[in-house]
Amino acid sequence: MSQMQLEDKLGMAWRKPPFVKSPALRWALTAGFIAYMIAAFATIEVNWGRVYEGLDRGWAFVLAFTSPDFVSRASDIWEGLVESIVMTVAASVVGILISIPIGLGAARNIAPLPVYLVCRAIVAISRALQEIIVAILLVAIFGFGPLAGFLTLSFATIGFLSKLLAEDIEAMDKVQAEAIKASGARWTQWINYGIQPQVMPRLVGLSMYRIDINFRESAILGLVGAGGIGATLNTAFDRYEYDTAAAILLLIIGIVMALEYLSGIIRAKVQ
Amino acid sequence: MLELKKLTKTYKTGDQALKEIDLQVPKGQVLALIGPSGAGKSTLIRCINRLVEPTTGSALLDGVDLAKLGSSALRKARREMGMIFQEYALVERLTVMENVLSGRLGYVGFWRSFLRRYPQSDVDEAFRLLDRVGLLHMADKRADELSGGQRQRVGICRALIQNPKLLLVDEPTASLDPKTSRQIMRLITELCRERDLAAIINIHDVALAQMFVPRVVGLRLGEIVFDGPPNGLTSEMLTEIYGEEDWEATIEAIDEDDDDSVEAAE
Repeated sequence: MSQMQLEDKLGMAWRKPPFVKSPALRWALTAGFIAYMIAAFATIEVNWGRVYEGLDRGWAFVLAFTSPDFVSRASDIWEGLVESIVMTVAASVVGILISIPIGLGAARNIAPLPVYLVCRAIVAISRALQEIIVAILLVAIFGFGPLAGFLTLSFATIGFLSKLLAEDIEAMDKVQAEAIKASGARWTQWINYGIQPQVMPRLVGLSMYRIDINFRESAILGLVGAGGIGATLNTAFDRYEYDTAAAILLLIIGIVMALEYLSGIIRAKVQ
Repeated sequence: MLELKKLTKTYKTGDQALKEIDLQVPKGQVLALIGPSGAGKSTLIRCINRLVEPTTGSALLDGVDLAKLGSSALRKARREMGMIFQEYALVERLTVMENVLSGRLGYVGFWRSFLRRYPQSDVDEAFRLLDRVGLLHMADKRADELSGGQRQRVGICRALIQNPKLLLVDEPTASLDPKTSRQIMRLITELCRERDLAAIINIHDVALAQMFVPRVVGLRLGEIVFDGPPNGLTSEMLTEIYGEEDWEATIEAIDEDDDDSVEAAE
């Protein structure tokens, strides 16, 4: 390799080296991407006549938000809401409790390889199966109702929380944990003193976030028969009772926003 | 008291960090380990308490071979060796008191430590140590609220509350300003004298090492190339350890430092 000469460099423009080195490959990739986008948009079929008809129905739905009807189906809404909240809280608590040991096991820097592989497999399975698919399966097994929803949400929580907890543990400051180990602490004490304080704020923040996801999911799961407010919402749509549906949606939005606000306060406290 | 026999560490990459190190440290002796970055200083002390597993050789602490201990015996042996770290390594989100008391983890059961219900004797000793280093008023502050020098004092308390026979000190002053560095070095050497503790102090500041310790060991590429009193570190010797450089300024600085180190009170 020849020595770099300063004289050759002076007066030359400087550019950041491109991410893809070969110019031919770089241009081919760009052209390919643009061609794909054009082809993709070309395949979207829009039936404009149908859209025109649908606008009316959409507008009726939007108008319903100006006069939401909380009253005529009040008892159904209340029942669905309580069921959803119970389902959310129970599934979150169970899911979080199971996630913690799995998260510890899925962190490569603290778990031995066999444990790591098992825990990562559990996480992968939980994340690969979408909530709706799990819910359909569990409704088939346990029948209609909130039990299926509870199990679905617990299962989904495990994949979500374990993965993110494990990643946080893997990113922790190694020397703090090392210092605890050097004092002759046993494994449980090492986790409690060296690792837990480092990951606690994130664990609390993620748990709060998951509770709020679980509540929103519980509204969707009702559509496939897993109980909760979603079932009430589905019924309202089936009967074209958009004003009741609007009331339910407003309640869901309100609760999710309240949870968001609450999680902000809690996260600030544990920082 | 501590005896290393042909201690060798070869990393998986094939790098030989330590090459058959033989070293003896008698009770109560404070020793500075100097050498360039990558010479194996850090590996050496971590091989003693087995935060790094030595490849071959033995490390005898009062006749017990640390390199051969099973996990439970190793935990008991680690209680006898206090460690002080370069970046303090305090658990940032725990309080000063929790950090100090964590030095007792090897002695108390899980539930006691989990509930923070330490024996009164441990709590008293923690307060005594914090008072000794001048941080009693900080006991309930969180560790991340402290300055560098204060954190390192807490680190010292955590190591001493183990009631160790030996202190392993890894670059205690690397992230501190010159004045605080001296105060910390003075504190460590004073405490070792008070408690008749042996210590191995990794340090890259040659002048600072010469100021405070009676014995210096020079490490280069995993081998001991110097072992003697601080005034044996001549210009030629420093070149041998670190490579070619003008060492006169370093050696002169030490003579001046001897005078004003008396003034730099805590």
